[in-house]
Amino acid sequence: MSTKFTKETYLYWYELMQLIRQFELKAEEMYKMAGKIRGFFHAYVGQEAIAAGCMTATRHEDPFITAYRDHGWALAKGTSANACMAELYGKATGCAKGKGGSMHFFDVKNHFYGGHGIVGAQIGTGAGLAFAEKYMGTDNVVLAFFGDGAARQGMLHEVFNLAMLWKLPVIFICENNNYAMGTSVHRTSNVIDIYKLADAYEMPADMIDGMSPEAVHDGVARAVKRAREGGGPTLLEMKTYRYKGHSVSDPQKYRTKEEVEEYKNQDPLVQVSRTILKNQFATEAELQAIDAKIDAIVQESVRFAEESPWPDDSEVLKDVYIDQNYPFITD
Amino acid sequence: MRSIPFREALREAMSEEMRRDERVFLMGEEVAEYNGAYKVSQGMLAEFGEKRVIDTPISELGFAAIGVGAAQRGLRPLIEFMTWNFAVLAMDQILNTASKMLAMSGGQIGCPIVFRGPNGSAGQLGAQHSTAFESYYANIPGIKVVSPSNGYDAKGLLKQAIRYEEDPVIFLESEVMYGDKSEIPNDEYYIPIGKAAIAKPGRDVTIVSFNKMMKVALQTAQELEKEGVSAEVIDLRTIRPLDWMTILESVKKTNRLVIIEEQWPMCSVSSEIAYRIQKEGFDYLDAPIRRITSADAPMHYAPNLVTAYLPDVTRTVKIVKEVMYIKK
Ligand SMILES: Cc1ncc(C[n+]2csc(CCOP(=O)(O)OP(=O)(O)O)c2C)c(N)n1
Ligand SMILES: [Mg+2]
Repeated sequence: MSTKFTKETYLYWYELMQLIRQFELKAEEMYKMAGKIRGFFHAYVGQEAIAAGCMTATRHEDPFITAYRDHGWALAKGTSANACMAELYGKATGCAKGKGGSMHFFDVKNHFYGGHGIVGAQIGTGAGLAFAEKYMGTDNVVLAFFGDGAARQGMLHEVFNLAMLWKLPVIFICENNNYAMGTSVHRTSNVIDIYKLADAYEMPADMIDGMSPEAVHDGVARAVKRAREGGGPTLLEMKTYRYKGHSVSDPQKYRTKEEVEEYKNQDPLVQVSRTILKNQFATEAELQAIDAKIDAIVQESVRFAEESPWPDDSEVLKDVYIDQNYPFITD
Repeated sequence: MRSIPFREALREAMSEEMRRDERVFLMGEEVAEYNGAYKVSQGMLAEFGEKRVIDTPISELGFAAIGVGAAQRGLRPLIEFMTWNFAVLAMDQILNTASKMLAMSGGQIGCPIVFRGPNGSAGQLGAQHSTAFESYYANIPGIKVVSPSNGYDAKGLLKQAIRYEEDPVIFLESEVMYGDKSEIPNDEYYIPIGKAAIAKPGRDVTIVSFNKMMKVALQTAQELEKEGVSAEVIDLRTIRPLDWMTILESVKKTNRLVIIEEQWPMCSVSSEIAYRIQKEGFDYLDAPIRRITSADAPMHYAPNLVTAYLPDVTRTVKIVKEVMYIKK
């Protein structure tokens, strides 16, 4: 069996998806079992193929922006597991100095613009990043991610229109995991196929199997090529699934165990490892060696987070203004 | 009397008024099938059906507007925001339409609508999920702003807002109080909007607060009691209109005023109270009016930064001692 993608690509996908999966599972454990992580916590487990495919279809300089389900995206763009875990703990060594927490990972050095908590907001902010790329004459393309729930915000419509009007180099990627908290897509609209929302603005759009890194890569590569060449935005709807609840506190009464199992059968990690073995890109033992390496990275991230210091209390009034002489009210 | 959690008191208020008046309906994200993101509306879909307990997509501006329009046409909408942080998207409808309809139409069209949901910080939720909005809404003429501290008040005030208020009401709860229990009478009751309550009588100093900061106010009073200082604690309950007369009457007795709130300091509720009391009660004051607010910054995630950000008992006790000129 021949594949369109190289051995290196498959092994990269496998390693990245395994890193995201193992990191999330460990972090969830540290939340639930150890109480080391607080606040809202949204795991990316199940959606890893989207990160994998997007990474191989873009360049490092292409800015990514997403909502609060952001751990996987930071890891994909190159934020260390240490900085991610420390952020979850709220430690000074985190990727936002412990100021953001789970929902607000940021790593501009790696072109990751976060980590946003207000549903739909980053659709517009992402288009703004793209406006700047175009304005400055780079050929970078912005990937702006949002959920199926976010697709029902007014923001989407205003910004789709603007992005088409000004041919902004942005790919709008809807990670459709079929639920916005407890609300399934079919309860939110007359238009169930979210990619069709692009039609009103004559924006190119595609529906993509978000459980397949191959399909994600292909769809994103097409859209990125168009955007780099000045062709403007694309909407990509990626069908995916979150294995975990919306956040750690979700009892998940709105779906059945069978439904979750059905999706786990299409698990991207299982699929990719099968392809790797079938094509003899690696042996079982070599994959296990990758797993062991990831396990060590994740374990190390916990140790790092544990041993890192808390931010100093004086940080309360820091990073509020760039102006170092700002006269804060303190009484 | 029954002892029930805050969220149930709110549910009783909504359900009782919905039973009484067909025009009242509840709309918001996850209010129906999910039984409420914080379980405030649990069981209401089952009782009232989907015509009157309505799930919306995540479209705050849109469904707030639907509520505002429906209110103008004669219904009495109850619009739940999953939290007030998300109502910022609907601010246009609240500020530019609901609050101004009566004025713009020369008195023709009112807007009897209640917007409600949890407000303020709730642990380590980071900057975007932690804003306390009382001072924002209190700035707007044309609306009333309610911010209760316990289930008993919440029930009576919410029933009042739904049944008797013809003007738009902003009703600010707190997810960290939803589990708090209070004694609720078996008989129906209403609490008028615009009246503060004396939560604890005292002689030496007046402490004013509202919403969950009332806990800090009452704990501070307890601490002070141990040192022989008798604090009178006032729970504002309503922010707009502001019941400054109750504060003034207390200050006439104590001659000292300390305000605790979760707002940011600039242009806050305490700013307004301080202005009013220095103007109306200048001759009664034996010390400057002081306040404890949240830090002048977005709330960060780390646990120690949350603690350092919020008002607490230690700081409040210290400031009360300062206005009492107690050394140590
Ligand atoms: C404006 C706004 N409204 C409501 C919320 C509360 N909320 C957080 S996540 C969420 C569901 C979003 O679902 P979706 O867009 O499908 O993303 P997913 O969680 O599935 O990744 C809701 C309602 C919010 N954060 N912001
Ligand atoms: Mg979703």
